[in-house]
Amino acid sequence: MAKTAISAHQLVKWFGEGDARTNAVKVASFEANFGEIFYLVGPSGSGKTTLLSMISGILKPDSGRVTIDGSDIWALNNDELADFRLNRIGFVFQDYHLFPRLTTLENVAIPLILKKHDWDEAMQEALKYLDIVGLKNRAQLPPFKLSGGEQQRVAIARAIVSQPDILIFDEPTASLDGDTGKKIMSFIKEEILNENRCVLVVTHDSRIFEYADKIMKMEDGAVTEIENNSDIK
Amino acid sequence: MKGILKIAFKLLVNDKGKFAALLMGITFAVFLMVMMTSIFSGVLRSASSVVINIGSKMWVMDPAVTTVANSIPMPDFVQDEVRSIDGVKFAVPLYSGAATLRLSNGIYQSVSILGLDDTSLLGRPELLEGNIADIFAENGFFAVKDSEINKLNNPQIGATFELNEHRGVIVGIAKVTANGLFGMPTLYTTYNRAIQYIPSARFTTSYVLVEPKSLEAVQHIKDEVKKMGYVAVTNEEFRDNISTYYKFKTGLGTNILIMTLISFIVGLSISGQTFYTFILENLDKFGALKAIGAKSRELVIMIVFQAGFTALTGYGLGVGLCTLMIGLAKIRLPNYASVVTFGNLGIAFIMVLIIAVFSSLIGVRKVLKIEPFDVFRG
Repeated sequence: MAKTAISAHQLVKWFGEGDARTNAVKVASFEANFGEIFYLVGPSGSGKTTLLSMISGILKPDSGRVTIDGSDIWALNNDELADFRLNRIGFVFQDYHLFPRLTTLENVAIPLILKKHDWDEAMQEALKYLDIVGLKNRAQLPPFKLSGGEQQRVAIARAIVSQPDILIFDEPTASLDGDTGKKIMSFIKEEILNENRCVLVVTHDSRIFEYADKIMKMEDGAVTEIENNSDIK
Repeated sequence: MKGILKIAFKLLVNDKGKFAALLMGITFAVFLMVMMTSIFSGVLRSASSVVINIGSKMWVMDPAVTTVANSIPMPDFVQDEVRSIDGVKFAVPLYSGAATLRLSNGIYQSVSILGLDDTSLLGRPELLEGNIADIFAENGFFAVKDSEINKLNNPQIGATFELNEHRGVIVGIAKVTANGLFGMPTLYTTYNRAIQYIPSARFTTSYVLVEPKSLEAVQHIKDEVKKMGYVAVTNEEFRDNISTYYKFKTGLGTNILIMTLISFIVGLSISGQTFYTFILENLDKFGALKAIGAKSRELVIMIVFQAGFTALTGYGLGVGLCTLMIGLAKIRLPNYASVVTFGNLGIAFIMVLIIAVFSSLIGVRKVLKIEPFDVFRG
């Protein structure tokens, strides 16, 4: 039986004050296992980014509990939480957020630098991961000289370089054409996912649903259904 | 930590446009600040040139004297009484005044004349040409070889001039430590010749130069001179008094202060604004770093390092540029009154540190406020 990677229990999040107070996430619970790709899908404003932020230790829920591999992440203090994100979670942001003034290689090495690795050692390690995503020959270029798909792969290399067990993708195909998006998801499924890793994807791109193991649908801050891949097909 | 600083460094210098703008802003501000304060220091030094060149340990003068140039003649008894004070090793008169010469080519030229005590020649300059004893020769004067000497037609030993229908002869060429402020050539002669050649009021002693027997005697001498209705000051105090006069009792100090402050504000505005834009442009990246796992203090260190590095580099360039400009100016204008002192460098350094702190503060404030969640929300 697959081991539970992420367990979200009764998560609730409100924003704003008084009349402007909005219930962004209304009691969301789910579990995602190691070795699977878990999709959070829903229209804009459905609360999926808020939920993703609460799961990844970025936004504190008003109530509820998040456990990653059995540890309650919101019981950690700020520094512990930062270390937790650095060591256990890899992020691939929608806009990649690569530093244009650093080389591709240096961008990939950032998590290792933050983990206080020696500079040269971090660069060597980062180069291995650039090789994994097929961009070793682009190592010395600045990210803005790469295509959207290549930038996405650089962001993936940065996310996996510290060997996290949870990978979080925020709209990974939003700025890619259909073919590139599928290639990226195929690459994630075949090369990045393993039995010790859980991939969480926030998307509303139905073209890539086929790569999911589970899909959780959200609407108006509430989880409407959780389906297995086989059910979708 | 080294890796984080290296990233901060690369983020800063690889953004060539902004880095250049930041450096230019700070360099320009430092250049102006050091230039302004150096000119002022040069003016103050020139204003005290007689005090520096004569080098007497103590000076007795009328209490109303504010600068060397406006000496108020004292009666001869002052010198005699000062000599009789306990702790005074010796006391001699000094004549300091201005006169107009008629040069051999018929042109009139204002000069500054210092009349040294005939017996001791206390405060005599170092001679480049001639013999010190020649000052006692008939009509003998020493000309100071400074940037103004060309106004006397670059005189050689033996050159003559007319001073109030007296003949004057250059018998030596001297050098001094500090040049004068008012652009006049300087002549040295004996005290008696000076008061004989230059029309004066009833009293003739401009200053009494005092050599105390010991440092402990200084205060006693001051007290005794005060009882006489005059004032005795040390060399440093006299220079400080002259500085204070120019700083606070003329518009010069205020104008230089205003210019220095304007330079500071210009530097602060340019670097503050540019650094703020730099931070704003990278704000989402700093948010992403936070999301990835960078701690707030690490981001603060990055920003402080960037601001500090820019400020110190700009400071070095500004000081270098200023020194170069002053050096070039002095080639063309030997009497260019500008002196870079440790004080000026210190003032500019403190102001640059304020610029760095201000620039980093606005950056730090912004970066600390960004939430990683904002990065997800876009």
